[in-house]
Amino acid sequence: MKRVICSVVLAASVVSTPGIAGARDYISVVGSSTVYPFSTVVAERFGRVTDFRSPKVESTGSGGGFKLFCAGVGENTPDITNASRAIKGSEIELCASNGVAEVEQVLVGYDGIVMANAIDAPVFELSLKDVFLALAKQVPDTSGKLVDNPNSTWADVNASLPAIRIEVLGPPPTSGTRDAFVELAMEGGAKMVDSLANLRAANAGDETVAIMSTLGLSASIAQAFENSKGKAPTGADIFVQIAHAIREDGAYIEAGENDNLIVQKLAANPNALGIFGFSFLEENADKVKGASIDGRVPTFEAISASEYPVSRPLYFYVKKAHMGTIPGIQEYVDEFLRDAASGDEGYLVDRGLIPVPLGESRVEAVK
Amino acid sequence: MTDSVRKTVRDNLKKRYRAERYFRWFGVISVGFGLLCLVALFGDIFSKGIGAFRQTAVELEVFFDPDVLGVSASAEEAKIRTANFDGLYKAVLRERFPEVTTRGDRRVLYRLLSTEAAFDLQALSMANPDLIGQTRKIWLLADDDVDMYFKYGRSGEQVGRLSEAQQAWAEQLIAQGAVKTRFNTGLFTNGDSRDPEIAGVKGAVLGSLFTLMVTFLISFPVGVAAAIYLEEFAPKNKLTDFIEVNINNLAAVPSIIFGLLGLAVFINYFGVPRSVPLVGGLVLSLMTLPTVIISSRASITAVPPSIREAALGIGASKVQVVLHHVLPLAMPGMLTGAIIGMARALGETAPLLMIGMVAFIIDPPSGVLDPATVLPVQIYLWADSAERAFTERTSAAIMVLLVFLIVMNGLAVWLRSRLETRW
Repeated sequence: MKRVICSVVLAASVVSTPGIAGARDYISVVGSSTVYPFSTVVAERFGRVTDFRSPKVESTGSGGGFKLFCAGVGENTPDITNASRAIKGSEIELCASNGVAEVEQVLVGYDGIVMANAIDAPVFELSLKDVFLALAKQVPDTSGKLVDNPNSTWADVNASLPAIRIEVLGPPPTSGTRDAFVELAMEGGAKMVDSLANLRAANAGDETVAIMSTLGLSASIAQAFENSKGKAPTGADIFVQIAHAIREDGAYIEAGENDNLIVQKLAANPNALGIFGFSFLEENADKVKGASIDGRVPTFEAISASEYPVSRPLYFYVKKAHMGTIPGIQEYVDEFLRDAASGDEGYLVDRGLIPVPLGESRVEAVK
Repeated sequence: MTDSVRKTVRDNLKKRYRAERYFRWFGVISVGFGLLCLVALFGDIFSKGIGAFRQTAVELEVFFDPDVLGVSASAEEAKIRTANFDGLYKAVLRERFPEVTTRGDRRVLYRLLSTEAAFDLQALSMANPDLIGQTRKIWLLADDDVDMYFKYGRSGEQVGRLSEAQQAWAEQLIAQGAVKTRFNTGLFTNGDSRDPEIAGVKGAVLGSLFTLMVTFLISFPVGVAAAIYLEEFAPKNKLTDFIEVNINNLAAVPSIIFGLLGLAVFINYFGVPRSVPLVGGLVLSLMTLPTVIISSRASITAVPPSIREAALGIGASKVQVVLHHVLPLAMPGMLTGAIIGMARALGETAPLLMIGMVAFIIDPPSGVLDPATVLPVQIYLWADSAERAFTERTSAAIMVLLVFLIVMNGLAVWLRSRLETRW
């Protein structure tokens, strides 16, 4: 019995030895799960080749990252946040209201979002319009009225596509990949539908109301918008609502944030398509293949040249106020921007990052 | 008359026996099903993870070329440390495959070896500067893709990411016996890494240890003190009843809620740093506290009243009764309960998510105030990584976690059988 008590006391003394928390001497990085794989590789190199301690990298999602980042200035807040989209106006305000005044935006590179299926499954040649018609909650029927999406097979969407059931595994709404997919692919596809393109161009007021009634949309949608935003919606506002709504009848399956899981499910189910980042397609090229979109196969070159339509920029944001107090921030940024890291043949490119074309400016202050 | 009664009894008996038989079968089937699931789970994890304990290495003739390194054998230590070892292992590969000439092909060639090779060469030269200028045969760590190919790809189990050219080079090396697998010590001595071939669980194991230590040191004394007070001293009234109901409820609260509480109280209010074992341990001790209190109370009630009465009878005070007699007798049960509570805390990730312990941290922690992750978080992070070689490492980390759990539960069983007094 005594021995047990002795060991407990011993353990207590071990715990109490490592002194009181001094100033934090490592960089704290939070943010997007898409930038995380690149950020961690840089953090590791940085820890090895410099005398600074290795940074700590958390994957919190872009939105979650800004929330922590903008919480204030001081040791307990992160120094850098990764984002798979640009900072929003509301987030800049949040930062400013908490005293985070000077923020620097760094463009890391680009990422493509792919729609892929098993390697031995039929080849898909999609257009953005096909993607929208297959996955939107509401699509126009033959009379031009919006109805709940009736398409059950890909052949219903476009006769040249295989006649298999629409089954798409994709990220949940909290994911930055989902945001980008909806913005780039779904909106892009909706623009290809004439009646929706007309709606997008319409001015607020009578013009929008007229097009809405031809689409069979009830006026209450416009009213609800006016109540929440305090102004009458323009056609583009209504357009975004329609384009961003993904069907909820089981054809689109939310598969969680784990892209590896989606790849595994695709390999097991040749009828399903999955939505995930290009780096996962590259790593698993022996299991899955990417569908071409608007005639462009998702390849490194096509994304780098902005020819592949569903690609987005990746950023990180640096809190300038921490640069004096936390050691190594400037050096970490420099490591990220080095040619050997994110240049054409850098080690991040080996991990699936699409580099920024030469000559494009990469660092700017957020205003 | 009697015949018909006998018949009824006989028929009835048969039915009862049958029911009994069915019931037994049902039990056997349930146990069998459970075992089958367990075997399937363990079998899957072991078959996937066992490969991670072996690591592929490539033997190459290394000429420690002073021209490539930019230093001579007599240079100072600091100079040797920063010498161009990256260039050295690349030069070695170029030497080995002189037919590869174009820049693009060479880039592909360099990927046969892990970037760790440069650090291995650096360590060798630091230990023995005389090596510089000499030629040695050295086993260097292979890249994870080569590792996957050598272990699984050649037998056709898996088609890896190795390009055809790389496969040809690898086959050439294999034919000369310059490729082998060796025990993967790095898995236990390295921290996390984004390169699967050098990623290890040391950081996560230490993080788990520090976190559990904090959890134990807080939840055990507090839990035992609360249990003793409630059991031995507290008056039985509505207030103590209310407290008791609440403790029982608290044991069933989902763990993520403790994480939110930890974020609000420890980090935002008390300013404890994020991501450190101290705050993780605090949160997990809140979570295990109810379990410790409940099991401690149970083992206090199990101490026979005759012992208390005897002690009181010879003039011991209430506190003496508790400290000299009840507590030592109840201690084994209390420790067992605490260890089982800790085993649950060991497997927790949800509350740690809120306090920043789900993070990529390379340096293993050296105390409770260094940023750290824990084993289940490491498993989660690896399962989420794109590189194929992390699949087997995920299973290997699960095996380490299982060993951890078995040791803890074994300790609980041992304590119980060793220290427990039977009446």
